[in-house]
Amino acid sequence: MMVRFFNALGAPLLSFFQYLGDLVLLAADTFRSIFTHRLRWKLFLNQVVEIGLLSQLVVIITGAFTGAVFAAQTFFQFNKLGMGSAVGAVVSVSLCRELAPVLTALMVAGRVGAAMSAEIGTMKVTEQIDALRALAVYPVDYLVVPRALAMMVSMPLLVAECIAVGIASGYLVAIFMLDINGTYYMANMVRWTRSRDIIMGLSKAFCFGILIVFISCHKGLTTREGAVGVGRATTEAVVNASLAVLICNFFLTMMFNIIYPAGYQ
Amino acid sequence: MIEALPSPKPSTKPHPVPGNSPPMIKVHSLTKKIGQQEILCGVDLEVRMGETLAIIGRSGGGKSVLLKHLVGLMEPDGGEIWIQGQNIIGMNERQLGAIRQKVGILFQGGALFDSMTVENNIAFPLREAGERDPKVLHSKVSEMLEVMEMEGEEDKMPESLSGGMKKRVGLARAIIRRPSCVLYDEPTAGLDPVVADSINRLIRRLQQRFGMTSVVVTHDMKSAFDVADRIAYLHEGRIYFHGTASELQQSADPLIQDFLLGRSDGRGD
Repeated sequence: MMVRFFNALGAPLLSFFQYLGDLVLLAADTFRSIFTHRLRWKLFLNQVVEIGLLSQLVVIITGAFTGAVFAAQTFFQFNKLGMGSAVGAVVSVSLCRELAPVLTALMVAGRVGAAMSAEIGTMKVTEQIDALRALAVYPVDYLVVPRALAMMVSMPLLVAECIAVGIASGYLVAIFMLDINGTYYMANMVRWTRSRDIIMGLSKAFCFGILIVFISCHKGLTTREGAVGVGRATTEAVVNASLAVLICNFFLTMMFNIIYPAGYQ
Repeated sequence: MIEALPSPKPSTKPHPVPGNSPPMIKVHSLTKKIGQQEILCGVDLEVRMGETLAIIGRSGGGKSVLLKHLVGLMEPDGGEIWIQGQNIIGMNERQLGAIRQKVGILFQGGALFDSMTVENNIAFPLREAGERDPKVLHSKVSEMLEVMEMEGEEDKMPESLSGGMKKRVGLARAIIRRPSCVLYDEPTAGLDPVVADSINRLIRRLQQRFGMTSVVVTHDMKSAFDVADRIAYLHEGRIYFHGTASELQQSADPLIQDFLLGRSDGRGD
């Protein structure tokens, strides 16, 4: 009975650790390639357009409505305590430290992560990756490195944009819909928002970008079983990347809070 | 008469090859298991420089698996593969890069990059080798398309090509850097007899024009007889017969006769 229990527990655990090991090996291979092999600039710039430029609309809408609704909800609660003008500070710090990095990462995982795993997965099942290898091109150099670098560049910029749009929309809602005094709003926001909050948000963005790109590319590179396999790999890439972002966010928050403690000091 | 009648028992040593040219590829005791199924059970094979060897055998018999091993796309469980005197077993992907520049492969479906035009597909190996001059690239692609009898198709996308055209483009891409050896995975599968014949002529022409060593995996006997200097019959994971086309045709071995005549021996009834 116990043996069967541990067997049942052991197999998924082993496959989970093997999966983590594969991800680490892919990441190691990618970073080694970044520093030791030539970069394919054209592919890199294509990916910057794909990840960064074409995600603009999604990120702007996410940032705008998150900032707006967060400003409104905070006002409804804070106003009872006579702290309506503190809304700006709460919106700004929350966006910088948590909301913008996490929500942007979730949107990018859905939009870009899915596309990455589907594209690479299709190449895998149609022997295009074997063709790359047969033509003496290492798939990690050609497929993963440009995507990883583009993600490392694009994610912090997207999160910065999300923060800016969120703060702007929160300001507009606060001033024009909730009748908060604009001067107090801005003064409190500037007073309580520190550069460390922004650094924390952008650092998280960088980490989430790495998580998304390796999870998605790994799923693509290990796709099997034709069209069904591509569909499965795409779904798993989005789900795994989203869960990884949410779980890692907690640990990053705890770690960054030691380096950059929250609050005015 | 029959000179090298195949032994009914699978051989364990490399078969003698006519001619004095040095071996391009040598395979020794190659084994591979996929899941619970033993695909290759000790394959011994030798391909000499400049010759065309056809590997025939029943579908699912491990021919394509053997071919993929020859270029390091699959890792064997045991045995050795020597390409121009270098054992490729145990090499990592980057070390295999140098070997793969000597050995091109035509995949069964062409395996063209579906986001690139015909021209970009064919020019891909040159671009990766550092060639940037558009004029040089264009002239080399045009030359390859002329060899493939596909002039004027540069701007087409792979999705708009027929099966035979895809194979020609795949072949052009495989040989544009003039490898010493080309491996063909079922080059005539799924093609009508006329197109299949044109592919066979192409394989012959490439051998004559560029002196390339060729290994053709096929279960199309006409194709094997048309292109091959020698034929190896892969059966149950081993090389069962190895000899010239006429030796194969004259063989009295019932297994070979069944294969040549397409007799199922009542299996599947």
